[in-house]
Amino acid sequence: MIEFADVTKSYQEARVLGPVSGVIEDGGITAVVGPNGAGKSTLLTIIGRLLDPTSGTVTVGGMDVRTTRSRDLAKHLSILRQENHMTARLTVRELVGFGRFPHSQGRLTPQCREKVQDAIDFLNLTDLADRFLDQLSGGQRQRAFVAMVLAQDTRYVLLDEPLNNLDVKHSVLMMRQLRRAADELGKTIVIVIHDVNFAAAYSDRIIALRDGAVVTSGTVAEMMVDDVLSDVFDTPVEVHHINGRPTAVYAA
Amino acid sequence: MSVLSTPTASASASAEAATLPDAAPGPRRRLTVRLPRLPRLPRLPERIAARLTPGVRLWIVGTLTVVAIACFLLLFIRGSFDFTFPRRLTMVGAMVVAAFTQGVGTVIFHTVTGNRILTPSIIGFDSMYTLMQTLMVFVFGGTVIASTEGMPKLVAQTTVMVLFATLLYRWLFSGRFGSLFLMLLVGVVIGMAFDSLSTFLQRLLSPTEYDLLSVKLFGRLSAVKDDYLPLAFGVCAVIAVIVWRRRMRLDALLLGRDAATGIGVDHKRELTVMLVLVATMIAFSTALVGPMTFFGFIVATLAYQLAGTYKHAFVLPMAFLLGLFTLVAGQFLMQHVFYAAGFLTVIIEFVGGLLFLLMILRKGTL
Repeated sequence: MIEFADVTKSYQEARVLGPVSGVIEDGGITAVVGPNGAGKSTLLTIIGRLLDPTSGTVTVGGMDVRTTRSRDLAKHLSILRQENHMTARLTVRELVGFGRFPHSQGRLTPQCREKVQDAIDFLNLTDLADRFLDQLSGGQRQRAFVAMVLAQDTRYVLLDEPLNNLDVKHSVLMMRQLRRAADELGKTIVIVIHDVNFAAAYSDRIIALRDGAVVTSGTVAEMMVDDVLSDVFDTPVEVHHINGRPTAVYAA
Repeated sequence: MSVLSTPTASASASAEAATLPDAAPGPRRRLTVRLPRLPRLPRLPERIAARLTPGVRLWIVGTLTVVAIACFLLLFIRGSFDFTFPRRLTMVGAMVVAAFTQGVGTVIFHTVTGNRILTPSIIGFDSMYTLMQTLMVFVFGGTVIASTEGMPKLVAQTTVMVLFATLLYRWLFSGRFGSLFLMLLVGVVIGMAFDSLSTFLQRLLSPTEYDLLSVKLFGRLSAVKDDYLPLAFGVCAVIAVIVWRRRMRLDALLLGRDAATGIGVDHKRELTVMLVLVATMIAFSTALVGPMTFFGFIVATLAYQLAGTYKHAFVLPMAFLLGLFTLVAGQFLMQHVFYAAGFLTVIIEFVGGLLFLLMILRKGTL
């Protein structure tokens, strides 16, 4: 269970987040949605201890993310940010191997290699495993980073806009693979996502943020309602049911 | 792809990438300006490159270095062996220290800053050294340079420089700033201030005093006193052990701050430890053999090309061996082939500066 209580983040005088409080239950996919500048990524990076909150506490699986040693936390929680800049030249396999770092401190055991191979196969990167990252397309590279996070084999997985850089086909494939990870591997996945329809199709719960505060949260059925979405995005949004799937229409 | 690709791309690899229809430009290739084609470094055929595992590469460079050292020590001895040999041995000792501190220091600095163009001297080390020497001559006169040579001076210089760097890091990492690039910027500005102050003071010196001073302001491998070497070796050995134990964490730091934290590396702590180590190494090297701005840069850049892997377990020894080979072979050629009595370090700085410019032009960005 991920719990955050009275979390705020301010830069000098400007408060960009909070105070927000909430609970993310174990299992399934939770999508964090909201307009630009709502504080979605800020909240996610604070939960993933990459950013220190100005105030408030965050616990993941009972561990306080600010006081638990980073090394111990990394066995339970993994996080992937949007931009991943790299100075060295790595192959996909080497990158995914870094996911085992919390368990092996750099020395890969045979069991680690197995996990790395599993993660590579899971994201359909088998043929690309020995390619260098700079020889891959943006989408393939994105998948390689997600594979690294999965190889870390943590119960909690936080992904900041995993669909960034991906076209429709690869977005769908990526979401299906995350769905499988949640269902088959029993992971708790939290994603920041821009497209409400992707959130509705593949996640179990949605948390909506606006202006640094949680506007509302609930199951997909509760959230995919005209009024709720119109309020969150401050734009008229209609929800239609197409083949039984709630679909938001906003470009009208 | 051709101009701005990473220099280590093997021939077949770039061919593969070219055939990839959906190869989107990566973040490193944001730059759209096409520069004129610059000479590429020679490549090995794939078949041979595949056999050259990182270990084999280290052995090759290691063997070459040993051969160079043997040549330097034993060939062209004119006159008494008992006189020449210990002097040359002392020089090799100084070269070992310079190669280790500059090579290893620069690679670590590159790793922790996530940037392969900057050099540790950018945080103002060389300028500080120059200013200290200039101040000493200015205040006490030219003769003091020769008369105060000794262990206490070396230790004092090193301590002052490490203190300076550590205070700078402490101040900048105390939370309010917390930005590496800000720190580097401050370093550059402080370095410039030191340089201007030195230039000003040097103008006030008499020509004789300036002449005495200028000898100190270039790297001088041949003038190292052998009584400093045991201390220098001790410091290098301690640093080598610390770095070797953290080599895996250094590899993880290559992923950048966020990803490294994500896989459980205490980024801030590793960064501080590593920067203090780098400060110690560069300060020691500068105090011992004088400023060498580009030597570390050449050695590190070549090491990335030749190591054949990103792993620090191979890149760091490679940088050290390449540095040692460059110094020993360079000194040997200078003394016995070109009969030049000049400073080897001046030539290395010249070549290093050219390589630096070439790298910037090839990459088109910092």
